[in-house]
Amino acid sequence: MDTESAYSGYSYYSGRSRGSHRHGERSRDRHKSRSKESSRSEKSVTINAPPAEPLLGDQSVRGEEVQDDNWGETTTAVTGTSEHSLSQEDIVRISKDLDDSVGLDCKRYLNVALSVILGLVVFLTPLAFLILPHLLWPDRLRACGTACEGLFISVAFKLLILLLAVWALFFRPPRAGLPRIFVFRALLATLVLLFVLSYWLFYGVRILDSQDEDYQGIVQYAVSLVDALLFIHYLAIVLLELRQLQPFFSLCVTRSTDGATQHYNLGQLSIQRAAVVILENYYKDFPVHNPALLTASKSRAAKHLAGLKVYNVDGPGENNAAAGIAQSQSRAMIAAAARRRDSSHNELYYEEAEHERRVRKRRARLVVAVEEAFTHIRRMQEEEQKKAPGDVMDPREAAQAIFPSMARALQKYLRTTRQQHLHSMESIQQHLAFSITNNMTPKAFLESYLTTGPTLQYGKDRWLARQWTLISEASVTSGLKDGTVFLLKCIDFSLVVTTKKIPYIQLAEEFIDPKSHKFMLRLQSETSV
Amino acid sequence: MLTQRIEIHKLWDGDNLILGFSIGGGIDQDPSQNPFSEDKADKGIYVTRVSKGGPAEVAGLRLGDKIMQVNGWDMTMVTHDQARKKLTKKNEDVVRLLVTRRSLEDAVRQSMMQH
Repeated sequence: MDTESAYSGYSYYSGRSRGSHRHGERSRDRHKSRSKESSRSEKSVTINAPPAEPLLGDQSVRGEEVQDDNWGETTTAVTGTSEHSLSQEDIVRISKDLDDSVGLDCKRYLNVALSVILGLVVFLTPLAFLILPHLLWPDRLRACGTACEGLFISVAFKLLILLLAVWALFFRPPRAGLPRIFVFRALLATLVLLFVLSYWLFYGVRILDSQDEDYQGIVQYAVSLVDALLFIHYLAIVLLELRQLQPFFSLCVTRSTDGATQHYNLGQLSIQRAAVVILENYYKDFPVHNPALLTASKSRAAKHLAGLKVYNVDGPGENNAAAGIAQSQSRAMIAAAARRRDSSHNELYYEEAEHERRVRKRRARLVVAVEEAFTHIRRMQEEEQKKAPGDVMDPREAAQAIFPSMARALQKYLRTTRQQHLHSMESIQQHLAFSITNNMTPKAFLESYLTTGPTLQYGKDRWLARQWTLISEASVTSGLKDGTVFLLKCIDFSLVVTTKKIPYIQLAEEFIDPKSHKFMLRLQSETSV
Repeated sequence: MLTQRIEIHKLWDGDNLILGFSIGGGIDQDPSQNPFSEDKADKGIYVTRVSKGGPAEVAGLRLGDKIMQVNGWDMTMVTHDQARKKLTKKNEDVVRLLVTRRSLEDAVRQSMMQH
């Protein structure tokens, strides 16, 4: 069931978005990663072409799959009933990842190359301004004294500061690969390019052609260039980093499968940058996506639809009235379903109560088993280690020694809460060794199994959605506005994001004199006469 | 507003002359605590307790009556202590009260309707 619909979703998207893939999964080379228009490789966000069909058109495709009447017989090996099985979903995903890793990396390298070239040009320009007169007409140059030397020092230090600042701002490993160019970076690069070109133009015309002898003027010209570059860098900081720090919009992110919702406050960003921020926070805030928890509602939905069958008694001859018949059929079904005495709510209530009881019982058994297991081992003190070197275990062996006594209870609990595919035996033993090493109590060890944590808590292979698709009706480089809605889609689910503007807060002031706090007793006496 | 005149003869109780009821209210008191008044801003003197078989009950004073005058002295704008003093003058045997109560108006209206 799940596998069929997921597969159809994948194939629908692979056809459309293959042209704009920029997915790179290899390790990035660090020193080449600096770019003003850099693309980032760890997570790439590819854009879907502006949808010709409605935003959630894919959902209807998935919805049709549910009406299979034989679902009871064909749902056998659904995702993750045993620890070592790979579901159809996983196979599909792995093959897709293999395909994409050989994708179009040249766009990213082109960006890196362009920005490195621009950087080199920008850095070498002041030095060229200073050196060229000495090379071309050294004899006619008027030697300048201490003022020039002072200016040389200032040029050197300003260039050093500029180098450090550019390294700090632009030489960071890229976070994500965006579908469209980063508008501000492109603007800044263009500005710098124009600026440097105009300086070269001026230099070429007024200084090189006329072979000016005033070397001090030339040095001052170079210093002014470096100053202006520092100011452009300031502009870059303000545009790229500072502007979005002040929160302006509140984004509400809802996961489509189970409705988990979070809110984030963001500044004025473009839609693609906001999407990157949301995804980074998604891995930390949202509980991990567990498809095994969704089967119950799907089976209920299937039962609803399977309960009523509509037969067309008039025969197959009327094709032009087929639409009208289909409509009346669906209306009849809705009416009949409303009238039917449906006791599925009863089943749901008792089933959930029973499940809750079972989970609590298993949890109690688990807690007791783990506490008892932890009493079997004890940390050795330094003196004991020297005295009795026999039967000494390192954390891994200690974990393996006490693991069997709690394994059964733990596995039963994970099965009841349908988490068993999230934890492998290896990972549990590793976590146990980790807990023992760091002197954690049994409760601390169990915490990661009793509550579902965010996606980051589980192994890297659970970060299944490395490939995200941004679906938006507005252009993704346009800024966020009040009421913007966009979707972030991965293979299993999608995140629906709505934007609301944070209201303008008008604060008023009221002064209370500290001496004005005076009190009086309320009297109600009663006198008898 | 309907009023009733009540004449209470004080009783000797040991050394003291008692009337057999308690008062509450006054302009120095909190009127919102008064359970008997209709208007919770009314700072008048109200009868808060009538002792059983005492002179006040015999004379016809009821719980919740508002005392308007005592022997001609106005009781609607006095402090609690002033009211107490007016009621407990040692040289008077009899106090003549002008009281009003809510049920008076209802009773009169009812009797008028019957006729």
